[in-house]
Amino acid sequence: MLDTRGARRLAAGIPENARLHVVTGKGGTGKTTVAASLALALASGGNRVLLVEVEGRQAFAQLFDVPALPYAEQQLAHAPGGGDVYGLAIDPEQAFIDYLDMFYNMRRSARALNKIGLIDFVTTLAPGVRDVLLTGKVKEAALRAGTHGGYAYDAVVLDAPPTGRIRPFLQATAEVANLAKVGPINRQSKGVIDLLHSERTVIHLVALPEEMPVQETLEAAKELTEAKFHLGAIIVNRTRPDLVRGEQVSPSGLVDTESLQRGLATTSVDPALAQDLARQLSRYARYHQQQWRNIQLLQAIGRPILSLPDLAIGVTAGELHELSQYFLATENASEEPAQASA
Amino acid sequence: MTGLGARKLDLATLIKDPQTRIIVTCGSGGVGKTTTAAALALKAAEAGRRTVVLTIDPARRLAQAMGLAELDNTPREVSGTGGNLHAMMLDMKRTFDDVVLANSSPERAKAIFENPFYQALSSSFAGTQEYMAMEKLGQLREAQNTNGDEAWDLIVVDTPPSRSALDFLDAPQRLGRFLDGRLIKLLTAPARAGGKAYLKVVTASFSVVTKIFSKVLGGELLGDVASFVASLEAMFGGFRERADHTYQLLKAPGTMFVVVATPEPDALREASYFIERLRAESMPLAGLVVNRVHVAVPGVSAGRAAACAEELAEREEKADPATATDLALASTALRVHNEIATAAENDQLMIRRFSASHADVATVNVPALPSDVHDLDGLRRIATFLTS
Repeated sequence: MLDTRGARRLAAGIPENARLHVVTGKGGTGKTTVAASLALALASGGNRVLLVEVEGRQAFAQLFDVPALPYAEQQLAHAPGGGDVYGLAIDPEQAFIDYLDMFYNMRRSARALNKIGLIDFVTTLAPGVRDVLLTGKVKEAALRAGTHGGYAYDAVVLDAPPTGRIRPFLQATAEVANLAKVGPINRQSKGVIDLLHSERTVIHLVALPEEMPVQETLEAAKELTEAKFHLGAIIVNRTRPDLVRGEQVSPSGLVDTESLQRGLATTSVDPALAQDLARQLSRYARYHQQQWRNIQLLQAIGRPILSLPDLAIGVTAGELHELSQYFLATENASEEPAQASA
Repeated sequence: MTGLGARKLDLATLIKDPQTRIIVTCGSGGVGKTTTAAALALKAAEAGRRTVVLTIDPARRLAQAMGLAELDNTPREVSGTGGNLHAMMLDMKRTFDDVVLANSSPERAKAIFENPFYQALSSSFAGTQEYMAMEKLGQLREAQNTNGDEAWDLIVVDTPPSRSALDFLDAPQRLGRFLDGRLIKLLTAPARAGGKAYLKVVTASFSVVTKIFSKVLGGELLGDVASFVASLEAMFGGFRERADHTYQLLKAPGTMFVVVATPEPDALREASYFIERLRAESMPLAGLVVNRVHVAVPGVSAGRAAACAEELAEREEKADPATATDLALASTALRVHNEIATAAENDQLMIRRFSASHADVATVNVPALPSDVHDLDGLRRIATFLTS
């Protein structure tokens, strides 16, 4: 049934009514991990969620520790409360054959054309076509009817290309519609454009609390807003709580080395290390202040900011469940992000 | 600093060596490729070599780091470097236009520029960046100054922020495969054969293609594609020859690849793929740069720092206020040390794992700095670590 969504409340910036969640971010910010944990959060409480990758990296198989995904939707994980996350790795060649089959009943000729290098040709000569096929398939999954009415999936989460390529990726369909001014491509592209620009699609931006990722996030937010896409949440990944308390490090970065030495003298740590440890503490404080300032800059986007903690190396399925909690509304939803201690 | 069994990568010698003419930095996104390229170029320039650094980065990060307001398609002098360092950012469309102009008549170039397919291709072509980076690299390598000498002693190329770092190597071959493809032959066959004499088989396949194109894309688009392919055909030869030539340049003595990573599983995995690939292609690998390596104060392990910090926190509660301040400060300093030392231990583990499977790859580590690089001094600091 359409509207029997499971009992789960989502954090600010993750709209309940969105069919498609697009997750993008600068390379290296962990957008794949974020997309996977967002999918788990959306699935919790009994929902069916499809997690889609389009870059041929088989990143989800690795993350969920399952064999490489075929070009078919396959269960990846169970979510708390009976939900399920399915995974799909979209391959442009298969998507093309699907496409021809679905709309023209031309599966056999499509295969023949594939043999003579049509896909290579099309994706090389008009690379936008590749993105059109990928987004077309995403749209098909997002709006696919379920067997019992409603939609096949309660939500689709797309691990999208990085911020540098996200706008061309999402706009490829519009571009190709411009090239093909009439004809079936033009007609079909309208559906994709409509979905991507409607409020049923939100784009979440993943950043790290560091300068360049923050700058790139600000630029991407501006670009996407100007292109009339809807932004969801700004997700700051790998934040760490500031361990410095009160006045332990002065605003100019000074640490009372003698006090530190007296404290260390009561432990098994060599007090002679006080100077080095004080310097390290001072650098740490400066780094944290810088991170905090970076996060403040993100507020200019005007979207809710979600901070995810930094976990030990190698996020596995267990950590994904932990991270997914950050996409759910908590009792004290107004809780300050981990970084917000000055 | 390097893990057991790893050789130390000697970049100082490499960049000063007159035999080194091209350095290509490659690696996955966000690992500090651009900064590494710029720092190496700066160091080489300051050692007296006429150096140009070519970046292909839409975020204009190099411009930021070099204090340049903007980079365009020609090398610009970086002020404050004694005139030896130039930097440029690839303008994909302009480079493509130049290639078309250089390889066809003015009338044909005009027809190509006006074709809507060319417009889409030259600005949004996946892989165009890689082709054009190669093209530009070839141009820079051949550039001469007014005396007829080679313009550059050293060219440092920062590869595009590809989905996969391997795209850069694949681009010229993909172009070759594309041009040799049967489909392109079909589409250009009518022109080649004077429009009448081509084989029946070709006719049959061509009509299927035509049918699909007009059915799927619409007839008008097919016309655009056909005229585009026809008008490009004449210049394909030259274009392809150049791409092949540049690819050979990458294999030639004097070219060195520097693979860049961070001590994280994904970045190192990507670096591994790249190293295997370079080996398979007989491309010269200088070694691996591992950026953002955590370094903690030596003398206390992460574990002992954590235990002591915990114990201090317990005693702090019962202590008098003056002593409590000392204990709290020591506790914080040790908790911070625990965090940094844990990160440092993890980084070393990652690097050791990598070295274990790539014992012959020379490596240099660059410590994590508290803030990003925005100026020449920042680049010099990075360069010092790279070449220490």
